[in-house]
Amino acid sequence: MLLYDTRYRSLTIQVVFLVLLVAFFAWLVDNTISNLALKDKDFDFGFLFVRAGYDINQTLVPYTSDNTHGRALLVGLLNTLLLAFLACVLATVIGLVAGVLRLSKNWLVSRLMAVYVETVRNVPVVLWIVLVNAIFSISAPEPKEFKGDNPEASMVLFDSLAFTNRGVYMPQPEFSRSLGAVEMGGISFSLNFLAIVLVLAASVWVWRRLLADATRVQNATGLRPVTWWKSLAILALPILALLIATGFHLSYPVLKGFNFNGGLQVRNSLLAMWIALSIYSATYIAESVRGGVLAISRGQTEAALALGLHQGLAMRLVVLPQALRVIIPPLISQYLSTTKNTSLAIAVGYMDLRSTLGGITMNQTGKELECMLLLMGIYLTVSLIISALMNVYNRSIALKER
Amino acid sequence: MTDTSYVRLAMLAPQKPPASEVGAVRWVRENLFSGWLNSFLSLAAIYVLFQILSGIGPWFLNSVWNASSLEECRQIIAEANGPGVKGACFAVVNERWLQIIFGFYPRELYWRPILTMVLMLVALAPVLFSRLPRAMLWFSFAFPAVAFWLLWGGSVWLPITILLGFAVGFVAFRVIAPLNGLLGIIAAIVLPILYWLYLCGPLEQAIHAAVPLGLRQLASDDFGGFLLSSVIGVSGIAFSLPLGVLLALGRQSDLFIVKTCCVAFIEGFRGVPLITLLFVASLLLKYFLPPGSDFDVILRVIIMVTIFSAAYMAEVIRGGLAALPRGQYEAADALGLDYWRAQRLIIMPQALKVSIPGIVGNFIGLFKDTTLVSFISLQDPLQLVSSIRANTEWNGVYWELFIFVGALFFIFCFSMSRYSMYLENKLKTDHR
Repeated sequence: MLLYDTRYRSLTIQVVFLVLLVAFFAWLVDNTISNLALKDKDFDFGFLFVRAGYDINQTLVPYTSDNTHGRALLVGLLNTLLLAFLACVLATVIGLVAGVLRLSKNWLVSRLMAVYVETVRNVPVVLWIVLVNAIFSISAPEPKEFKGDNPEASMVLFDSLAFTNRGVYMPQPEFSRSLGAVEMGGISFSLNFLAIVLVLAASVWVWRRLLADATRVQNATGLRPVTWWKSLAILALPILALLIATGFHLSYPVLKGFNFNGGLQVRNSLLAMWIALSIYSATYIAESVRGGVLAISRGQTEAALALGLHQGLAMRLVVLPQALRVIIPPLISQYLSTTKNTSLAIAVGYMDLRSTLGGITMNQTGKELECMLLLMGIYLTVSLIISALMNVYNRSIALKER
Repeated sequence: MTDTSYVRLAMLAPQKPPASEVGAVRWVRENLFSGWLNSFLSLAAIYVLFQILSGIGPWFLNSVWNASSLEECRQIIAEANGPGVKGACFAVVNERWLQIIFGFYPRELYWRPILTMVLMLVALAPVLFSRLPRAMLWFSFAFPAVAFWLLWGGSVWLPITILLGFAVGFVAFRVIAPLNGLLGIIAAIVLPILYWLYLCGPLEQAIHAAVPLGLRQLASDDFGGFLLSSVIGVSGIAFSLPLGVLLALGRQSDLFIVKTCCVAFIEGFRGVPLITLLFVASLLLKYFLPPGSDFDVILRVIIMVTIFSAAYMAEVIRGGLAALPRGQYEAADALGLDYWRAQRLIIMPQALKVSIPGIVGNFIGLFKDTTLVSFISLQDPLQLVSSIRANTEWNGVYWELFIFVGALFFIFCFSMSRYSMYLENKLKTDHR
């Protein structure tokens, strides 16, 4: 019999498994087809090219209610990615600081950080999101309270930032001699920002060449040439020239009537999500940083100190590079879970991918099946891309074993 | 002549150490002000603490615990401390805490969830403490059915007839396996399924018609608060653990197709947010099942949560499996154990022990994630908080309810994580 012959045994099991699996999926698909037929629905993604008819209050690319559902999907996806990026960056910063401070010999500081980490990570993130949002929408003043000669609220940072219950108003960079924009696949890229990025990248490249050159001279002669004024010139002058050439200036928010005009309005929903996700994810990052540093054996620090490195250098040159190998894998999964947690924007009404495609679009078109499958597919793709990128990075710093 | 230069004959009493080197002063110097950076950090920490305490302290001290509405709260605070003073109104917690814990479960039936909770501890005991008699494991095995019956009510024969299915499988295996091993396994799987599909329902109805015995039936709408969170969390973890073990084994397996399917399952479900799966549970699951079949929303949520958590569990257990030295597998093979025996007797006990922190961490995460069911309009604690706030008497109460719910979650999750650390230490048998 096929099952008792070791040559065919594993093949037989796998074929049986595959047949069962295919039968199961066929059953699911068959059910779905008959259910769709019962409800008089069809399965097609044509709705993505139909006029959406709803507004999105915060967009990174131009969007009006006359655009298609597909465009709304793109806007939502970009909002999701923006939030995920911001939250990951801030969470990493807070997490690093909190993790290192929790190891500090300072009793008060380490206890304070322990309380922060344990409190925040043991309470659901949804609660933090709702709480931070409540702080913004209840405690922040209304725009009209900024009015009058003796206002109840005032702007901060030289009258440039206004925290209100409608969002934060901040200066917006503008270009009076703009280079224009290029249209590519429905998304317009501003040439100004493109030019700035290019110039910055070029400056940094030249600067690093300069430093490498200095190091070579130092290795050859023992004397390091003075580079600071050259560095400053290389880094600052080109970008300054570009900014002056394009007429860069900031447009400040100004109170007009009962609301602010001009400037950039960042909605409280985005801020609340950003801060809540960051402080929550930061606790996990702090714990992996602490674990990573503790995982490096005490002898490494002692050896570094015996070589004559002082405490700071020993940390930077010996302990942290080794700890990084331990820290990176949990950090990857934390980034992934932060990205997935952005879907909790539903709690505060931030228009992310779930609220556009999996929210309003789904409710308007009644295409639950298509919308949910597309939504899950997009999240899966984003997750896989992030984890692939981070794994490449992880492999590049991993211990090379030969 | 003797030279009588001065010689001290008695020892001097030792001098007291300088004040800066003893007691509290020394501790403060060493721990808080040992350098300029440390001093700066300490001062910053003290400043932050002062800001927090001065902001929240008076609010807490002026709190009111007995009142029937927010208006009354404010009145009492104003009378006691003068106008304009802020104070917490914990009266809302005092009045509604039962609702936050039990949701809309009928008040006279609170004994049922409480009894379930006690029985759950009894069922967990033999799993957690190996010294208890092994016979208690039978109760642990039957506990899900008992809990289901106690919580939802209905006829007592339903869980019994369902449990009977396992007995059917067991008997089929015992009878047929001696004749043909393979046929025995197939019968042990197929017969119970046939029994559940076709025989279970009529049998239950027949017995119920003859001997009607049962508790008052409750709908899933009655469930809410921490009761709902616990039901979803506990059943999610209980069902996902065996599923996760199977998935982890599948991922480690040499069978290519099985391995590919397991990897796809694990990565697929880990790659999507839980909330989309909950939407699938509330919107899409009815598409995938035969037309007309519709079942309870809490059950649907439990299914999706179990699948989601099993994917994570599989990764945790895979970590445990990977941590085992190769020699353990080889030793099991050398003893002549077959695959399943080797897993059960040698591999899994060690791998699961290594994965305990991960499993508990998973459980804590799952328990916290049960708050997401509020987005598919189940009455979890957060949803109850908003419905209490929508009430005219308590309109405007924010922080007090959040603090209460947060504190309950904190107590549960924090003690779980401490318990896992204790367990980790207790089970650590290697020497480092």
